[in-house]
Amino acid sequence: MSRQLVVGTATCGVAAGASRVLARLQQVVADGKLDVEVTETGCIGLCYREPLLEVRDGGARRLYADVTPELAEKLARGEESDPSVAAHLLRTGDGDDVDGTLRHQKRIVLSRCGSIDPGSLPQYLETRGYQALRKALGMKPADVIEEVLKSGLRGRGGGGFPTGKKWQFVAAQPPGEKYVICNADEGDPGAFMDRSVLEGDPFSVLEGMAICGYAVGANHGVIYCRAEYPKALVRLRAAIRMAEEAGYLGANILGSGFSFDIHIKEGAGAFVCGEETALMASIEGRRGMPRFRPPFPAVSGLWGRPTNINNVETFANLWWILLEGGAAFAAMGTERSKGTKVFALAGKVRRGGLVEVPMGMPIRQLVTEIGGGVGEGRTFKAVQLGGPSGGCIPAAMCDLPIDYENITATGAIMGSGGLVVMDDTTCMVEVARYFLSFTQAESCGKCTFCRIGTKRMLEILERITAGQGEPEDIDRLLDLGQKVKQSSLCGLGQTAPNPVLTTVQYFREEYEAHIREKRCPAHSCNALVQYVILSDRCNGCTLCSKACPSGAIVGERKKPHEIVLEKCIKCGRCIATCNQGAIAKV
Amino acid sequence: MTQQTGSFFARALWMTEGRQADVIPLLQAAQEAYGYVPERAMEEIAGVTGVPVSEIYGIVTFYKQFRLTPRGKYVLKLCDGTACHVNGSPDLEMAVEDALKIKRGETDADLLFTLEVVNCVGCCSLAPVIMVNDETHGTLTPRKVTTLLKKIRTEAKAS
Repeated sequence: MSRQLVVGTATCGVAAGASRVLARLQQVVADGKLDVEVTETGCIGLCYREPLLEVRDGGARRLYADVTPELAEKLARGEESDPSVAAHLLRTGDGDDVDGTLRHQKRIVLSRCGSIDPGSLPQYLETRGYQALRKALGMKPADVIEEVLKSGLRGRGGGGFPTGKKWQFVAAQPPGEKYVICNADEGDPGAFMDRSVLEGDPFSVLEGMAICGYAVGANHGVIYCRAEYPKALVRLRAAIRMAEEAGYLGANILGSGFSFDIHIKEGAGAFVCGEETALMASIEGRRGMPRFRPPFPAVSGLWGRPTNINNVETFANLWWILLEGGAAFAAMGTERSKGTKVFALAGKVRRGGLVEVPMGMPIRQLVTEIGGGVGEGRTFKAVQLGGPSGGCIPAAMCDLPIDYENITATGAIMGSGGLVVMDDTTCMVEVARYFLSFTQAESCGKCTFCRIGTKRMLEILERITAGQGEPEDIDRLLDLGQKVKQSSLCGLGQTAPNPVLTTVQYFREEYEAHIREKRCPAHSCNALVQYVILSDRCNGCTLCSKACPSGAIVGERKKPHEIVLEKCIKCGRCIATCNQGAIAKV
Repeated sequence: MTQQTGSFFARALWMTEGRQADVIPLLQAAQEAYGYVPERAMEEIAGVTGVPVSEIYGIVTFYKQFRLTPRGKYVLKLCDGTACHVNGSPDLEMAVEDALKIKRGETDADLLFTLEVVNCVGCCSLAPVIMVNDETHGTLTPRKVTTLLKKIRTEAKAS
């Protein structure tokens, strides 16, 4: 059997240069001199070492990291003992990677990501694909729901509502036209697990939707996917076509008499459309604005019909639950949060990527052991969990085991599982301002407090970060925050103040330093810092003085320069151009 | 980016069943064909779906994807998601502004570049990121951005 070279070509891999690697390898294959086969796969989650390439040689598998086209060619020629090649070896077989990122993971949702070719139905079938649907079709729909209930699976999109219960509500509606919607409008900045699953294992989502359709008595499925994920859309469309041709979708699936079709709706860029009633309004061709619940979608959803909405990760768990049993799933995790959860590790962490761990793992273990901690010489300060609807949890509280209730008790939310790590250079007031600017812009404008309250809160935060904060501002923020939470119709407004409220709760001293001392402890807020040139590092290359738009940098060529503080507008262009690291903010 | 032609939109109009649900896909087709949603396209969509132009205008302005003005050949989607933001996307924005003399949402005079600031393109571990049309560029610095833009400009001139 020829050697197989498998390139990770999910969006993150491509961004790191995987398409150049792939192109070079395809050239090698076209030359026909070497007996190698080149295929693609999705994201294994080790995004910080992309592009990744796995060599499959008989039964052996070796994964190489930071692959360049030149390195790929060497691997194609089998020069794996070359020391310059061996240095890139990340892991062998199914074992641990050299960094230890995979050690503590338990992969269900991500089990096929980065392993199979997402464009190959045969490979999906070889890895137990569509066995769960076959099994479900042999069961009574009520028994399928019972199994999901037993698993304790809760909605992975953020709400955490028990999936089996939701299905029961929809199944209990009188028979007739019903819908299953897959929410793939992953809008939280900092979360990208749904994209990875759609790109790396699209069939698992289709299978999960079909199982759900059978259980609740729906024959139509809709995937509402962000238009910002072009690659996911391409892979989904291809997967749907292949599943239809092979009889896993469409009329009379596997001869069971059950029919189920799936259509894709492309989102048009509105964060609020992740909210289920807004999402349905968008599918129906209207402005994506939420409406009052009840009636819940289970009773009156898409086109006024009973509708079951789950997110990508929820659907991707189902095949495993059906095959291994709900009890096996419920054996993992904490008392009220079962199974595993995928987290997107990003921010000031060394090994960013996608990780899947059992519920109940302490946040600190996730950040330090799996993520490798923060950069050299930096201190781990906080994690931001749950995107703009979530909150900041300080490092001191990070021994908390992750589960829905624990996270909610801190003031943050589990959300979709975006986990952004912050170190001592991150200003918490600025983080709060950033998230609020996001939700303020994304508010659909229906509820007054969400529309205007977030605007007023943002103005206060802008004032504080600009060094013009007033002593009463913290109380104003808390008061407004509570009111926005209480008087908003949907999840967006009800959670928008969370980043502000949690940062005030845990990092109040930073707010006070900004307001009273006009000082930014993290040296991040431009208005409250001064730029200085470190004379021992400056080599007088004049790059900064050329880049400075206000002529504030003076000095002779090849001698240390200086910044004239009165002229400096603190734009940061000098730091961006300096290649000696000689300019600092103090 | 594979720019579709006007006939692409015309075909989409013919293929539609003319329901309210077709409004957004038709707007997406119009934008794919012309690079933006021209007023005329909104009128034609209103014609086949029976949805008033005023409502269609409301939909166009609600969703961030739709634009009412033409865009450049290269659309820079500068990601300002959380990870990109804490890893320096504001510095990248400044670098683009300096290099192209356009601000967010604007297109340069020769219709070559458009700068858009978007929420999250889902490449957080490669932050900060800019998408040039459908191609993602990660772990950028202001310096790398300047080089990238120069390269694109040279290539565009050559072609």
